[in-house]
Amino acid sequence: MELSEHIKTANVEDVTLRRPFHPALRGTLCVTSHHLLFSDRKDEASWQLLILLKNIDAIEKRAVGSSGTITIKCKDLLVLQLEIPGMEECLNIASSIEALSSLESVTEMYPFFYRPSHLTLNGPWGLSSTEQYYKQTERLWDRWRVSTVNSDYSVCPSYPSAVIVPREVDDDKLIHSARFRQGGRFPVLSYCHHRNGMVIMRSSQPLTGANKKRCKEDELLLQAVIDGSELGYIIDLRSAQQAQQARMTGGGFESKSFYSHWKRIHRHHERGKVVQESLIKLVEACSDPSHSVDRWLSKLENSKWLSHVHSALSTAGLVVECVERDGHSVLVHGSEGTDNTLLVSSLAQLILDPASRTVTGFLCLLEREWIQAGHPFQQRCAHSAYSHARLKQECPIFLLLLDCVWQVWRQFPLALEFSEALLLRLAQEVYASNYGTFLCNSEQERCAAGVKENTHCLFQSLLRPDIEEQYLNPLYEPTDLAIWPSVHPQSLQLWTGLFLRWTEYAQNMEEAREEVWSIVKEHHEQAGPDRTNNTLSTHCDTLTSFENLMDELTIL
Amino acid sequence: MEHIRTPKVEQVKLLDRFSNKSVTGTLHLTATHLIFVESNSTSAQEIWILHHHIASVEKLSLTTSGCPLLIQCRNFRLVHFVIPRERDCHDIYSSLLRLLRPVSYDELYAFSYNPKQNDQEREEGWQLIDLAAEFERMGVPCDQWQLTDVNREYKVCKTYPRDLYVPITASKPIIVGSSKFRSKGRFPVLTYFYQEKKAAVCRCSQPLSGFSARCLEDEHMLQAISKANHNSRYIYVMDTRPKLNALANRAAGKGYENEDNYSNIRFQFVGIENIHVMRGSLQKLLEVVGTRSLSMTDYLVGLENSGWLRHIKAIMDAAIFLAKAVTVEGASVLVHCSDGWDRTAQVCALGSLLMDPYYRTIKGFMVLIEKDWISFGHKFADRCDQLDPDPKEVSPIFTQFLECVWQLTEQFPQAFEFSEWFLIQIHEHVHSCQFGNFLGNSQRQREDLQLKERTYSLWAHLLSEKQNYLNPLFSPSVAESHPVLEPSTQAYHFKFWRNMYNQYDRSMHPRQSILKHVLTLQESKRELEGTVQALKTKLQKFGVSTSPLKPQTPPRERSLPPRPHTGGERTVEGSSATENGYGELMGSFGSKNEPGVVTLEFGVARMTC
Repeated sequence: MELSEHIKTANVEDVTLRRPFHPALRGTLCVTSHHLLFSDRKDEASWQLLILLKNIDAIEKRAVGSSGTITIKCKDLLVLQLEIPGMEECLNIASSIEALSSLESVTEMYPFFYRPSHLTLNGPWGLSSTEQYYKQTERLWDRWRVSTVNSDYSVCPSYPSAVIVPREVDDDKLIHSARFRQGGRFPVLSYCHHRNGMVIMRSSQPLTGANKKRCKEDELLLQAVIDGSELGYIIDLRSAQQAQQARMTGGGFESKSFYSHWKRIHRHHERGKVVQESLIKLVEACSDPSHSVDRWLSKLENSKWLSHVHSALSTAGLVVECVERDGHSVLVHGSEGTDNTLLVSSLAQLILDPASRTVTGFLCLLEREWIQAGHPFQQRCAHSAYSHARLKQECPIFLLLLDCVWQVWRQFPLALEFSEALLLRLAQEVYASNYGTFLCNSEQERCAAGVKENTHCLFQSLLRPDIEEQYLNPLYEPTDLAIWPSVHPQSLQLWTGLFLRWTEYAQNMEEAREEVWSIVKEHHEQAGPDRTNNTLSTHCDTLTSFENLMDELTIL
Repeated sequence: MEHIRTPKVEQVKLLDRFSNKSVTGTLHLTATHLIFVESNSTSAQEIWILHHHIASVEKLSLTTSGCPLLIQCRNFRLVHFVIPRERDCHDIYSSLLRLLRPVSYDELYAFSYNPKQNDQEREEGWQLIDLAAEFERMGVPCDQWQLTDVNREYKVCKTYPRDLYVPITASKPIIVGSSKFRSKGRFPVLTYFYQEKKAAVCRCSQPLSGFSARCLEDEHMLQAISKANHNSRYIYVMDTRPKLNALANRAAGKGYENEDNYSNIRFQFVGIENIHVMRGSLQKLLEVVGTRSLSMTDYLVGLENSGWLRHIKAIMDAAIFLAKAVTVEGASVLVHCSDGWDRTAQVCALGSLLMDPYYRTIKGFMVLIEKDWISFGHKFADRCDQLDPDPKEVSPIFTQFLECVWQLTEQFPQAFEFSEWFLIQIHEHVHSCQFGNFLGNSQRQREDLQLKERTYSLWAHLLSEKQNYLNPLFSPSVAESHPVLEPSTQAYHFKFWRNMYNQYDRSMHPRQSILKHVLTLQESKRELEGTVQALKTKLQKFGVSTSPLKPQTPPRERSLPPRPHTGGERTVEGSSATENGYGELMGSFGSKNEPGVVTLEFGVARMTC
């Protein structure tokens, strides 16, 4: 079925658009295969609103006399109202939106049709690959190697074709280890710390089952990771009880007796549906203006969203503590190893590694730890906070990551090269995008769908100098140190920039942000590019030019 | 000094409130301060605790490592010492018990504090704030409002200032009659005049109406206030209490205005709770945010149960109602509660701050506090427990006002000349008794104490370090275009003020501050501009026009000076794992050295001695 067949009414005149904190507008509404377009009817400087249909999470129809009202709730949390004259048109538009906003087939999605004039499809896709990362990271060369055991995705369907593993472990052992891990996600390197060479590994749970199976190769693999040093830590993102229960369904945990050099620590993290429901509850609480303070606090608490932020940051802090302060390697896993595992390992890197705090570094981190590592974006981000559809595998873990990064930025506003704007952009792109970056669930699926050949890469486009500038943090001052965030509940805050994005409050904040920008810019212009000089040399320079002038005077 | 038996104890441990960390040092007890000096020479931190700041001292039962001493301060600091020998602990404990309960005003620190200023400087300090000039700024006296000398000798109302402004038509007999019908003689007087609409904000205490009593003079008085404003035919009477409280007061012969007896008033309850509820609420709040390993759930539930933010919102709502009535309707408003010195002060001051951009500047804010709080007799001595404590009188009324202002600075980041450190510093000194401004309960008492002759003014001190309190984002043009603030009262705007209530728990604070950074940038910019100017002047001396110089100055000539020691780099190091307590890896990290100490933000943890 052609997409256009879903469109029964393509154009409606005299539509009224209502947005929060803006006057109502009248204009023309168009539905295309991938967009909803509204343009007002003023002759000069006509204003347009273009919404990706994929961005629409839910719609509500209401009949008022002969006309209908459609409330559109977007995945980026914007809520719009359209008043459409004519009941039939209204219903047609609504059904088109419903059908076209929930396309299942990847190749029908907009990134496959997005062809801006300034971009070409040929050329490399993405920022880096496992091989390139390995080549650039000299500290890995000695003890680690790139394995292509998964080049045809048969060992682990959700892993990329190349992974980094201990040099002394051959591919054969990897295959055995993969059979012993859920989804074949055997332990691979996630990060090697630049200060002490200690590593963060990640995997899925071992399939020990009820009768405590073991896998020699898996044990050897982990033994090779710590390589003679006496201890490593396994951070299990489930409570000890949950890990025990997992054995009943074939899963399990690394037992002390078989992995004697690894110390296991359990940290309970919510996952899946629970986190998705948190998001739904939080957004609902944020969008009801009638709450009293008490009711608001109780709703905020009840959503548990901040509790998830709290546990994610605490566990990331714990991982960093093991690596940086204690000087030991860490293996992180939960059950599947595609959600909380990635959340914790990438947050830990942000805290530890100055390289991941630049715009490029951060995007590379996301590419490596989320896109290539096989976070199932398509399943997790199918719906956002407004959808009434029955939840399948939705879970806003990536949004949770962005929130945690924002919390770190709040506490270290000088340490990250990027600003909140980048996080907000990513929060939007992950649900609906012109680009192919967040399509599909794994590298394998992307290959099969031809994503790299037929879509543009978001990260590449964000790094174009004119675009990147919008996302820079004017206050950035790199630091080599680990940036330990405080995880006291008093130190964590609701991410107003995202959750209260469409309120008047956001406007005051925007103005204040601009003011910071202009102060810093003004200062940079005055101070010049070389910011390491101190006052003394400044004065010397000034004096030199003064002396030059005196010389000229004498000549005169 | 005779109360100090042990002036110095060594090997005292200071425990961190939220982690297992502790430092060892020496404890000194002086006539004014309790001082802890860390022994570690590299990062030796010093903690100075003014005796007046101490709210309570508690000796806990002996442990193996020594005798624990728990000290709670009014500025929300909580220190936990462990003193090796019980005898020393007991000596310190009993000395402190005596020292933190001064028996006469003369014992307060303000009377011994000497910032090395001469008499003239001190007098100038006291002259900084001139309330007569402030009323003049508002446009008073004018054709409708006049200065009355009825209270010159404090005969009509002991708790009011000498200079009071009343409607032209209110004669002395009316004033005196009205004052007899009002609690504590606090009759209706002008506190703010909104020139644009000639609308007045007046304040008073509750009428002694009981169930049926009335007073013609008082009715006349309100009539006079109403007549002084031609823009509106009615005045609002805001009773800031919950209706139930006002009703209960009637049984004691007090109460509220009966609309039938007063012509043209619109009566309104706004429901701010009394001092006892507020005291209990703060106590609950502090318990919650002082809990170790607090979970997010317990934090939010605790915040809700304390009711603190609900009370803050109630005050804000009242102030917004007041500001709207005055600026939009152009109506005059009379505000009262019971005695007219707590809720009334909160609402009048906050309302004026919403209406008048001047009060959002550093100087203007001082004037506002001086006017609505100090001169109109907010009982600082009782509320802040300065002397002869009656625990039932203590209440964080002024703190709530400061917090309301902070909530506004969060909503309007560009509207205030000062940053939150200014508010925090004021709070610090309201309790420090180091300066004369907040001593005593009324203007009259302050005169009896001869404060202006014997103590120094806080305002002069704060102005001398104005740089520390500036808000770099302040934009006077915003004030011009939006003179009246219209805050949103959506629940999510009311946030917990961590930098106040956890101000000494440094592990909670952001490690880097945008505010501070931008201030540093501005500072260095000013310096550079100064240098350029100085050089220009020099050049002019040689008779050279300065314009041709410009192309010669290389672009990198002006660059960033070294940042002051409060800069960001060090603070990053200071954030450390143990303070945050991510883990339960007991023992395994014990041997590692901690990196350097976090330097605190402006205004915090600095005592001026």
